[in-house]
Amino acid sequence: MTDPRVAGVGLTHFGSHPERTSRDLFAEAGLAALDDSGVARDDVEAVYYGNFMGELSEHQGHAGPLAAEAVGLTVPATRYESACASAGVAFREAVKSVRTGEQDVVLVGGAERMNNLGTARTTEALAIAADDLYEVKAGLTFPGAYAIMADAYFDEFGGTNEDLAHVAVKNHANAVPNEHAQYQREITVEQALDSPMIADPLHLYDACPITDGASAVVLTSPEYADAHDFDANVAVTGTGQGGDNMALHDRASLCETPAATDAANEAYDDAGVTANDVEVAEVHDCFTIAEVMALESLGLFEPGEGISAARDGVTTQDGQVPVNLSGGLKAKGHPVGATGTSQIAEITRLLRGDHPNSEHVENARVGVTHNAGGTVASAVVHVLEVAN
Amino acid sequence: MSENVRNAGHDDWLDALESGEGYYLECGSGHGLLPPRRVCPHCGSRELSEQELPETGTVQAQTTIHVPAPSFQGDAPYSTAVVDFGPVSITGQLVVGDGAAAVENGAEVGIAVGETGQGERLVVFDAT
Repeated sequence: MTDPRVAGVGLTHFGSHPERTSRDLFAEAGLAALDDSGVARDDVEAVYYGNFMGELSEHQGHAGPLAAEAVGLTVPATRYESACASAGVAFREAVKSVRTGEQDVVLVGGAERMNNLGTARTTEALAIAADDLYEVKAGLTFPGAYAIMADAYFDEFGGTNEDLAHVAVKNHANAVPNEHAQYQREITVEQALDSPMIADPLHLYDACPITDGASAVVLTSPEYADAHDFDANVAVTGTGQGGDNMALHDRASLCETPAATDAANEAYDDAGVTANDVEVAEVHDCFTIAEVMALESLGLFEPGEGISAARDGVTTQDGQVPVNLSGGLKAKGHPVGATGTSQIAEITRLLRGDHPNSEHVENARVGVTHNAGGTVASAVVHVLEVAN
Repeated sequence: MSENVRNAGHDDWLDALESGEGYYLECGSGHGLLPPRRVCPHCGSRELSEQELPETGTVQAQTTIHVPAPSFQGDAPYSTAVVDFGPVSITGQLVVGDGAAAVENGAEVGIAVGETGQGERLVVFDAT
């Protein structure tokens, strides 16, 4: 089976840009990815576009062709929506298309405009990724849902707010040199613990910010990359996707994410690797507890052991498996529909050696991305490897 | 979407709960579900029957929400919990009487239909 190559990546600054439209954000990221790749405009055969809440924030549906047009293309374009996993799902579909030989060159990415809504309306918009009848109408917010998962986790396995604070501190430290990150500043455990409570036990600093931004990736077949002598040395060797009940209360466990476990197992099998081979990971830390559960679903830690990973330094910059060297959703930011391909872009930069944090993974050859939708009712995992 | 149009299945379920005749759907394999459902997502069974909802359940996990959505503005802070009724678990708002101690996970609570500050119906768990 052919392993698609990541020929180029592009990211906007992730931050508060309420006045910028998603089409303009995607244009910046998409054009940057095309420039990074060297691919000729006329060679791009399709656009795969992730976006979650464009109908609510911009009164805009049918976003695929609009996104393509924004980067100067009128090729077939489709918008993918799977909540916070929208771009991850779009990327997986693109990988499958290139693998089958259907397409040789595609542009994949996502964009989200959120800050124009303000905090309250963004909270309401994000909540539509939960079960409206049985969760949202009960007053459950997304921070609230993850807080329930954290409460269940603490009950099942133990753990403290301080453990979670170490996740936030780690990811803020990672974001400092990342020019695309929303928060290029360090925080302390004390600051995290003293930040306002948003949904007990989660504090403000346990949560990712509201972010505007876009990301894009040019994916090509290895044959195309070789024929054009591209420096596309990062291959997508594994892809996996999992699903689960939408409402938390319909699941067997409130503190495990089997959709991500299934996605990881499928991606590892696809790539012919195991969790032991993973040297760097970008995971979906929309909340600090989400990173903990992601580490366990990826098999990097046993259930109940992910909670201490950041505190013990195993996932920090110079730890055994650095996690979220970009700053993660927590500090780099989380423009929902763009996050999945931003993780691909960051792992690619880390493996290529041109990420400001590449020095921490100089010899790494295997990276993993974990992108989750809702309370992980959907999850996508990809394995990226240095090709040669 | 009009606010005046009922959600068939869900509003019927709330009606029943409100009149003290709460129920859940059970498939042939014993999985508990909330309506509307035509098939069990756990086993694929299409043999679903209404079963009486136990009067009390136990709190599985909970949170106190300080930053609500606009539709709950004015109600915060409020506690939301997932409560286990045996074959089925349900999400709702945890109501604690004035001066009463906080409800711990594992505590037994009743279920009823309450109202948000904006007059919308919601599931409440009564710990008083």
